Amino acid sequence: MQVNEFKPKIVAFCCNWCSYAGADLAGSNRLSYPADVKIIRVPCSCRVNPMFILRAFQRGADGVILCGCHPGDCHYTSGNYFTRRRMALLFSMLDYLGIEKERTRVEWVSAAEGAKFASVMNDFVQKVTALGENKRLEDLRCKR
Amino acid sequence: MEMDNKKVCDEIIRRSGVNPRKCMKCGKCSGTCPAYDEMEYHPHQFVYMVESGDIEPLLKSKSIYRCLTCFACVDRCPRGVEPAKLIEAVRLEAVRAQGNNHLKPDQLPDLLDEDMPQQAIVSAFRKYTK
Amino acid sequence: MQRIGVFVCWCGSNIAATVDVQKVAEVLKNEPGVVHSANYQYMCSQAGQQLIKEAIKEHNLTGIVVCSCSPRMHEATFRKTAAAAGLNPYMVEIANIREQCSWIHKDIEEATEKAVVLGRTAIAKVNLNAPLLPGESPVTKRALVIGGGIAGIQTALDIADAGFEVDIVEKKPTIGGKMAQIDKTFPTLDCAACILTPKMVDVAQHEKIRIFSYSEVEQVKGFVGNFDVKIKKKARFVKEDVCTGCGLCTEKCPQKKVPNDFNLGMDTKRAIYIPFAQAVPKVATIDADYCTMLKTGKCGVCSKVCTAKAIDYTQKDEFIEEKYGAIVVATGFNPISMDKFDEYAYSQSKDVITSLEFERLMNAAGPTAGKLLRPSDNKHPHTLVFVQCVGSRCSSCAEKGKEYCSKICCMYTAKHAMLTRDKYPDTDVYVFYIDVRTPGKNFDEFYRRAVEDYGVHYIKGMVGKVSPEGDKLVVQGSDLIANKQIKIDADLVVLAAAIEPDKSARPLATMLTASMDTNDFFTEAHPKLRPVESPTAGVFLSGACQGPKDIPETVSQAGAAAAKVIGLLAKDKLTGNPCVAHSDEMMCNGCSSCERVCPYGAITYMDKEFRGPNRTTLIRRVASVNEAICQGCGACTVACPSGAMDLKGFATKQIMAEVDAICK
Repeated sequence: MQVNEFKPKIVAFCCNWCSYAGADLAGSNRLSYPADVKIIRVPCSCRVNPMFILRAFQRGADGVILCGCHPGDCHYTSGNYFTRRRMALLFSMLDYLGIEKERTRVEWVSAAEGAKFASVMNDFVQKVTALGENKRLEDLRCKR
Repeated sequence: MEMDNKKVCDEIIRRSGVNPRKCMKCGKCSGTCPAYDEMEYHPHQFVYMVESGDIEPLLKSKSIYRCLTCFACVDRCPRGVEPAKLIEAVRLEAVRAQGNNHLKPDQLPDLLDEDMPQQAIVSAFRKYTK
Repeated sequence: MQRIGVFVCWCGSNIAATVDVQKVAEVLKNEPGVVHSANYQYMCSQAGQQLIKEAIKEHNLTGIVVCSCSPRMHEATFRKTAAAAGLNPYMVEIANIREQCSWIHKDIEEATEKAVVLGRTAIAKVNLNAPLLPGESPVTKRALVIGGGIAGIQTALDIADAGFEVDIVEKKPTIGGKMAQIDKTFPTLDCAACILTPKMVDVAQHEKIRIFSYSEVEQVKGFVGNFDVKIKKKARFVKEDVCTGCGLCTEKCPQKKVPNDFNLGMDTKRAIYIPFAQAVPKVATIDADYCTMLKTGKCGVCSKVCTAKAIDYTQKDEFIEEKYGAIVVATGFNPISMDKFDEYAYSQSKDVITSLEFERLMNAAGPTAGKLLRPSDNKHPHTLVFVQCVGSRCSSCAEKGKEYCSKICCMYTAKHAMLTRDKYPDTDVYVFYIDVRTPGKNFDEFYRRAVEDYGVHYIKGMVGKVSPEGDKLVVQGSDLIANKQIKIDADLVVLAAAIEPDKSARPLATMLTASMDTNDFFTEAHPKLRPVESPTAGVFLSGACQGPKDIPETVSQAGAAAAKVIGLLAKDKLTGNPCVAHSDEMMCNGCSSCERVCPYGAITYMDKEFRGPNRTTLIRRVASVNEAICQGCGACTVACPSGAMDLKGFATKQIMAEVDAICK
């Protein structure tokens, strides 16, 4: 019997200096996390335009996670502070629009935290899977 | 018993709003204390003993009634620990355990006269509520 | 339309064991823009790179996607490969199918599927890549050192010895800084002047070094390699090139009641003065606040006695503009004010002094000619109390003290105590301490010598209050180990005041767009790996402006900063990172949002003429990014409300395409 298991689509934005390196470390240490997570490399978490996240949901992503350097450790000194404020607003607005808070997340992962990266991804995927498919913001025209 | 002491200390910490972990053990509170010689346990010891859960000796000691509440230690502590508030909270713990207060706040106005310093009111409360 | 080549790497079995590389290459071949697809065991090897080079030529490729390990590993390698085959290196994108795929997944089907998506994402991005050329800017081969203390002196000497020109800007009339005021230095007890003044002379005589004394930095413009700096040379009313430093004027000046700041106000000087005998430059300066001639126009004694005719009462502030390739900040420190520490009676009694004042008292060139005398009555003190951590490690009172440890006080207090006992064995010396911190070569041995050989009484505890009673100072403190409150009738109390960055540092940081911490210390680009560089390119840090430091540490940091400056100035041209922000002038509405979020000050606004309708012209305010300063974080791209600002190499369209590819 075939079980039609739900596989979420997860977009992860990782800053080049901390989180992307953290993801690399998770890889080097063979710490597995679900293949549903696909990473996009950005120079800094503050490069992530709220538009990118809206676009991801529009195109049918089920969850979007943003990873950056720990506050105070930003390679560009202040970028992740912008991220923190921008995303607080955006996520609150998405929540209002019906995109559950569990589908969006900002995490601080340093280049040394490979284990944290993997556990964050495992946890995130689990939460998003439990919520099921994102239909609220999806542009159904994309599917036709 | 150990557990009880811990609970009592937590309650004292909560009541006083003091975080004894901030103490860096410099002893400036005891260096500045005008009632030092009257006390068996000194301000810095209060902070240390409450933090380590060693509360019984403090509750039994006369030191809790010797503190003048002058707040010199509070003013001068470089880490903002506020030992006097902690001592006050330990004192309250001892007093409340005894129950029945002998003096009530509404009895106060009759006892007051213009020359009475505020310090005297505080110490009167201490004496009569022992 | 791009012509893209896809190269899937096996990485031996690292990738090939979990990802069906053959299949990935086949599937990706059908993606839009892809004209060639190959797989190979080791793409990063010589043979693998050759494969790529040949494919570029054979298929006329305009873009390349390498599905391999992390771009942090081999992006640079493949960019070089592309460049060698005549392709713009920024037309290469890496799909990370090792760290992010083969290494973390076990199921071959699942891993292959993910590798395809990652490859497709990279292809989607390359389709929108544009060739990028890194900007080049020339380097002005001259360095500016701000601050002429031991940090600035050492940095300047090291840079100049490498053959580059250096200018030192010092706000005081002489270089030398705090070290010139110090008597002896720990842990060797060398006389500070004996080791500092030869260096000051070296600076003065070095053909590559210019000293702008009694000067301040007024304005800084430009960027790494190309700073334009305006320096204000304050009027000293003495012609610097004419004055011989004979000092006759400083003896004849009738205005005798000027507090001598070099001795921290413990004695007086004349209105025309040379700070100390070994000053560099050795030139007199008139203090305009006290000079009778300048205030009332009636005096002129100095002018009459000056045989060199160096006095010029009409001198005005002078402004010098100069270009620099690098700037070193060496603004140093000051002890904090003791005015708010009422409990130590600093403002009530002259016999409560700070440690720097004690240095002057012990110094042979100081107000007492090196004799230890109480400032109040010039009597010899018998009982001395030193109090440590006054204002340091003080978290509760931001307006009073500092939260950090000032680092140098433990050692200089041990030195003071030891020197006092050495010179005057009839004294009793007490040191109240919270912790004695002596990490440093021969530091702990030094402190133990003070205790063991010189009999200094160290008391673990803090002083609660100092009260003047008669001609004594009653010091009340706690002895935590004896569990006693003790009272000492002292003759002299010395406070180890916390140190703070010089007040000039904050406005300077604003001018340089260099960042500072909450205590006004300059922050370094990386606390471990780039400790002498500011995050602002071309700005370097030397000495206590970055954090409390003793002399050996300051000198080593000064040398390190100089090495970094030499490395920069040795280059003829700076090649920038081409992945920088870029503003579309037609879309920019001049709102300044981007300017406000830029941590580097790379964005400026200018009025530009545009063609309007019907042959009219209109002037609009638009953003312009200085590519040499921009580090490419992209904060501005999100702040921009009109979408005019974009980041090259990580363009909005490119990232959108990546998002689309993942969500397909």
